[in-house]
Amino acid sequence: MTDHSSTSAPSTSLLERVQQIWFHETYRGYLIQGVLLVAILWVALSIAQNVSENLARQQIASGFGFLDTTSGFVISQRLVDYSETSSYGRALYVGFVNTLAVAIVGIVMATVLGFAIGIARLSSNWLLSRFATSYIELLRNVPLLLQIFFLYFGVLRTLPFPQEAFSIGQLIFLDNRGLHFPMLAYGADGLFLSVPELGRFNFAGGANVSPEYLSLLLALTLYTAAFIAEIVRAGIQSVPTGQIEAARALGLNRRKVLRFVVMPQALRVIIPPLTSQYLNLTKNSSLAVFIAYPELVSIAGITLNQTGQAIEVLSIAMIVYLTLSLLTSLAMNLYYARTEVAGK
Amino acid sequence: MRFWGGLAVALVVFVGACGERDRPAGEAPDAGAPASGGTAAASAGRTLDAVRAKGFVQCGVSQGLPGFSNPDDRGNWTGIDAEFCRAVAAAIFGDAGKVKFTALSSKERFTALQSGEIDVLSRNTTFSMSRDTNLGLDFVGVNYYDGQGMMVRKNSGVASATELDGATVCTNSGTTTELNISDYFRTNQLDFDLVAFEKSDEVVAAYDAGRCDVYTTDQSGLYADRLKLQKPDEHMILPEIISKEPLGPSVRQGDAQWADIVRWTHNAMLTAEELGVTKSNVEEMLGSPNPEIRRLLGLEGAFGEGLGVSNEWAYFIVKHVGNYGEVFERTVGLGSPLQIERGLNALWTDGGLQYAPPIR
Repeated sequence: MTDHSSTSAPSTSLLERVQQIWFHETYRGYLIQGVLLVAILWVALSIAQNVSENLARQQIASGFGFLDTTSGFVISQRLVDYSETSSYGRALYVGFVNTLAVAIVGIVMATVLGFAIGIARLSSNWLLSRFATSYIELLRNVPLLLQIFFLYFGVLRTLPFPQEAFSIGQLIFLDNRGLHFPMLAYGADGLFLSVPELGRFNFAGGANVSPEYLSLLLALTLYTAAFIAEIVRAGIQSVPTGQIEAARALGLNRRKVLRFVVMPQALRVIIPPLTSQYLNLTKNSSLAVFIAYPELVSIAGITLNQTGQAIEVLSIAMIVYLTLSLLTSLAMNLYYARTEVAGK
Repeated sequence: MRFWGGLAVALVVFVGACGERDRPAGEAPDAGAPASGGTAAASAGRTLDAVRAKGFVQCGVSQGLPGFSNPDDRGNWTGIDAEFCRAVAAAIFGDAGKVKFTALSSKERFTALQSGEIDVLSRNTTFSMSRDTNLGLDFVGVNYYDGQGMMVRKNSGVASATELDGATVCTNSGTTTELNISDYFRTNQLDFDLVAFEKSDEVVAAYDAGRCDVYTTDQSGLYADRLKLQKPDEHMILPEIISKEPLGPSVRQGDAQWADIVRWTHNAMLTAEELGVTKSNVEEMLGSPNPEIRRLLGLEGAFGEGLGVSNEWAYFIVKHVGNYGEVFERTVGLGSPLQIERGLNALWTDGGLQYAPPIR
C-alpha cells in the first residue's frame, strides 16, 4: 500500500486534500469512527441531560448523598457488622457480602458437582450414566426461579418448629428457622464455644444458617451443575479417541488417562464456557429477592423504595455486578493462559 | 457507504424520538394556541388532557390484597382502592368503567407514578412526609386510616407484643412496615430476627409454613391475609397498634388540577355519605330541596367546571360507584369477608376521622 499523506504536495488544493483523506483507508477509518464516537457521546449526554431535567422538574432529589443517611431497616442475615442505625451505604455493603457468600460457595460446589456428573455421564456404567443424563435433563429444563421456590417452600414445610428441632448430639439443630451449630466466639472471658440454646421462640447462640441461604445455595448449585456437566462432557469428548488409546497402550490406568491426558486438553475447551456459567450463577443469585435472602439486589430494592433514588441505586448495583463479572472473567482468563499446552 | 448512511439515518431517527419525549405532553400546544375555554383550567391540566385523549384513567393498584385491590375470579378488580379508581373515572367520564388497572409491587409503585405509567396511585400506600416531599408525588387524602399490627399463632401463648423478645418476624421489604417494626423492637429493647419478602403472597406463605413467629403489616392487611392461611382460626391479631398508617391515593407532583380532581373525588364520596346520598337514592335526591345536596349533585353552582370536569361529576361518582360508606361496607366492612369495623374510618359525625371540607 502506498502512503498518500507523504506524497501530498503543498500546491494541492483543499478539495484534493479532503479527497486524499477520504480515499485513504486509515484516515477514513479514523474519521468515521471519530464521527460515530461524537454521535454516541452526544446521544448519551442528551439522555443524561433529559433524565436530570425531568428529575428536577418532578422535584425528585438526585445524587449519592443518601448513602450516608441512616437506613432504619434491619438485616438479620449478615456476615458483617450492621444495625438499623447504620447508613444505606453500609446496608448495600452487607448485601454485597451476602451476594459474594452465595456466589463463591455456589461456584465451588457447582464445579465439583458438575465435573462429577459430567464424567459420570460418560461412564460405561449404565446406571450411572443414565442417572447423570436424567439429572441434567431434569434440572436444566426447569426454570431456576421455580426450583428456588420449590426448594424453599418445600423444605420449609417439611422442617419442624424449633421446639421439635432435629438434633445431632444436642449440638447441631435443624428446624424451619435454619441450621444451628456451635461456633467459636469471642466474649468478655476471651475465646469460648457458643452453643445454640432454645429460647422461647428460637435458638440463640452459636451460628445460624438461614433456610433462605440454604435453599438459594442448593438451587443455584444444582441448576448450574447441570450446565457445567454438559460443558465437561463436551470438553472430554473433544479429545481425540486416538489420544486415549495411545495413553492406554502406554500402560496408564483409567484414572491416570483422565488426569494426565484427557483433562489437560479438555480444560482448554471447558474453561471459556465454564466462565460464563460462573457469571450466570453470580447474576442468578439476584433471584434471592423472591425468598427474602438479603443479597445486593434485595437491599438495593429496599434502599430504592425508602429513598426513591432509582437511578443511583440501580447504577450502583449494576456497577457492582459488572465489576464482579469482569473480575471473574479475568481470573478465569489467567487460569486459561496457564492451561496452554506447549506446541498447540 | 450504504451501511454508514443507514446508521446515520437510524441515529437521527433515534435522537429525534428522544427529543420528542423530552417535551411534556400538552405543554407546547398551550403556548400559542388561542385560549379555548378562557378558564383557568385550560392552562394546567396536562394529566387531565392526556387522560381525556386516551379515554381512560390508568390506575396503579396492588398485586392482590383482599378488600383493597384484588382481582376476583373473573379478573375484575375489587376493593376500596379499586373502587376509588372507578370513582375518579366516573367523575371525569361519567363512566366508572373507563379505568385500566396496573398491578404494582410495593417497590414499583412510586416509579410507575413518577414515570407517568399510571395517573393515580391507589394502592394501600401510607401517606408520610418523606414520600410526600422527596418522591415527586402528592398525597391527596386518606381513604383508610390504618395502623400496623402483628399476627401470631394462638398456640405460641403470646398475648402482647412486649413478650416477643427473640422472635422471628416476617414482613414486606421496602415498606414503612419494615421501618416501624425495627423502631418498635428497638424502642422496647427486644431482640428479633427479620425476614423481609418482596411480595405479600410470599410473606404469607412463609409465615404459614412456620418460618416466622410473627407476621406484621397494616392491621387491615392482617385481617385480609388471615383468610389466606390454611387454618385461619389458629392465628390471632395482637392488640398493639404500633404506628399510624394513613393510606391514601397519590398523584404526580406538579399538576395541581389533577390533584384537585382526585382529592375532591374522595371528598365528594364522604360528603355524599354525610348527606345520605346513596347509589340507590341518588335519582330521587336530584329532587331534594337541600342546598348542600343540590350543590353536590351539580344542580346549583359550577363546582365541576372549577375542576375541569362536568358539573355532574359527583352525581356520576355516587350513581356509578356509591358513597364512601357504601364502598367501605361492601369492600372491607361488615358486608365483606374481612368484617372490619368502621372505627377510625367512621365519619366525623359518628366519632371517626373521615371529614370532608364543604362543597361550596
